[in-house]
Amino acid sequence: MADPHITVTDLTMAYGDFVIQHDLNFTICRGDVFIIMGGSGCGKSTLLKHLIGLQSPAKGEVFYAAQNFWEADADERVLIMRSIGVLYQSGALFSSLTLSENIALPLTEFTRLSRGEIQDIVSYKLALVGLAGFEEYYPSEISGGMQKRAGLARAMALDPEILFFDEPSAGLDPVSARLLDDLIINLRDTLGTTIVVVTHELASIFAIGNNSVFLDSETKTMLATGSPKKLLAESTDPKIIQFLTRGKGRAV
Amino acid sequence: MKPIEANNPQPGVGAVGLIPTDNSAQSILQFSGAWVHGAAIAKPVEALIAEFDSAQKPRRILLQTRNLTGWDSRLPTYLIKIIDWCRREGVEVDASGLPEGVQGLLKLARAVPERTDARRSAHGVSLLADVGKSVLAGVQDAKGLVYFIGEAMLAGWALLRGKARFRPVDMLLCIQDAGPSALPIVTLISLLVGLILAFVGAVQLSMFGAQIYIADLVGLGTVREMGALMTAVIMSGRTGAAYAAQLGTMNVNSEIDALKTMGISPMEFLVLPRLSALILMMPLLALYANLMGMLGGALVTVSAFDVSWLQYYNETRRAVQLHDFTVGLGKSVLFAVLIAIAGCMRGMQCGRSASAVGDAATSAMVNSIVYIVVADSVVTLICSRFGI
Ligand SMILES: Nc1ncnc2c1ncn2[C@@H]1O[C@H](COP(=O)(O)OP(=O)(O)OP(=O)(O)O)[C@@H](O)[C@H]1O
Ligand SMILES: [Mg+2]
Repeated sequence: MADPHITVTDLTMAYGDFVIQHDLNFTICRGDVFIIMGGSGCGKSTLLKHLIGLQSPAKGEVFYAAQNFWEADADERVLIMRSIGVLYQSGALFSSLTLSENIALPLTEFTRLSRGEIQDIVSYKLALVGLAGFEEYYPSEISGGMQKRAGLARAMALDPEILFFDEPSAGLDPVSARLLDDLIINLRDTLGTTIVVVTHELASIFAIGNNSVFLDSETKTMLATGSPKKLLAESTDPKIIQFLTRGKGRAV
Repeated sequence: MKPIEANNPQPGVGAVGLIPTDNSAQSILQFSGAWVHGAAIAKPVEALIAEFDSAQKPRRILLQTRNLTGWDSRLPTYLIKIIDWCRREGVEVDASGLPEGVQGLLKLARAVPERTDARRSAHGVSLLADVGKSVLAGVQDAKGLVYFIGEAMLAGWALLRGKARFRPVDMLLCIQDAGPSALPIVTLISLLVGLILAFVGAVQLSMFGAQIYIADLVGLGTVREMGALMTAVIMSGRTGAAYAAQLGTMNVNSEIDALKTMGISPMEFLVLPRLSALILMMPLLALYANLMGMLGGALVTVSAFDVSWLQYYNETRRAVQLHDFTVGLGKSVLFAVLIAIAGCMRGMQCGRSASAVGDAATSAMVNSIVYIVVADSVVTLICSRFGI
């Protein structure tokens, strides 16, 4: 079970001289639904960028399985990147391509599937996120929440080993958010996908997360790591309790 | 300090004043009247604080209101300044005399303590620091250029090995955009440039009755210089700036990040099709511009002087050799590379805001024109040195 998939050691993140977080240490195991949580502006998206290779650490290492990501050479790094899928906070769909072209892009670049097969996969992925029939729409022609879901469909296109989500449920109605949670659990259970989620949504944190890290913006480091439920039950840190109870304090 | 007429404020005026108390350690600051946007405030907060500073400091200040007819954000902003001053000076503040709503807002505004390192210093920067900064920025810029050229060459190498990843459709679209779509404006501009050259030459040459040599002047002028140069200027405004804006917007929208994490190199996927489209199309456009320029010259000469189309044609053929065309077309390829590099580089380095996209487009255009003119002078110098 505890088969480390991503290991972060002594990670320090900074923009220039402005340190965002320092000394992060945690492990994401294969098949985890790992939650990155913390107050707004504490550096969650920045941590995600370090994990997916968009920003290099000021100090410290990120290991994928046993491979040091930032010391791997360019080809190996591309191979690692190809095994991950990312849903960006803004969706980040290619605005000059239709939804179906967006999702088909990684498939045409990295697989030898025929055009028909690719179309079938595209339709299936869009259906999974509730966007069946929107193949020929451009990203600018659909709503923000729909863009997010289309971004998710693109992230899942290659059935990646690890999926990263930056605030997947922001901008979704409660029912769609719930469906998204179901989808995440389903991906984990059926494909064994490791999932890393940045979210504030308490309901989903408890519903799907089995591991987590809590970042704090005042001390600029992590306060705890572990299962969110366990953190709520056992943590003694008032900041964590406040966060996990919407500022109400632990229920008696 | 004299007691203020705080009890009967005029309408539309917010008054504030110190109420004298028997207890010298405590002051009461009383607010009354209308504290709303558009109302006149009797005393700016800086003046009040200056008064506090000059007088003897009380140990405690009680904030209260009386006959307050209305308030909005104006009142809390004023109060926050005073409270912050009190904190700094170690004076105790009692806000219990304020309306409940104001107390609540004040509490909220101070609920999350300001991050001391988050505020950017806004006060003036010394000239020396400014100079240093712009030098560093220049060095950074040069580094970026070298880095970008290196990456572009690697991508070009991948293309030659057939390993580059891009969508052929994108390439066709870029070709369409950089080639046929530019024809109308290239036609207009180069025809007019031909006309101008012919007129300028005619004034001088007709004094000697040597109008026929207008053909030489226009022919050599357009083929060696103006054809390539004018197309380059047009394309840097039309296409180079567009490249910068397109890539910049993709950057703002995280699309370039998305490509990277997909394992697709943005250099191959985005820059390569644009670069190659421009390199393929520019010489063709320049060639077309040459013909248009000579046509413009012929129009003037034939209509204004006693020169026939055939004479003009023969004179042009005699004057303009194949190697002149080679020089012109060689230049246009060089310009194409410069325009595409300036445009794509500015786009890829673009910051993440709307104004950054605008800046990227502007600097792409400015840079490419500077590069073009400098490169043109160098090439012309070399050519004349070696008599090409
Ligand atoms: N490009 C940048 N340059 C400088 N500082 C940045 C940059 N991007 C983010 N920051 C800073 O990094 C900090 C963390 O930003 P980040 O986007 O990671 O926050 P976050 O935890 O994802 O917040 P949210 O939950 O609101 O999305 C912020 O304080 C921000 O000011
Ligand atoms: Mg974020």
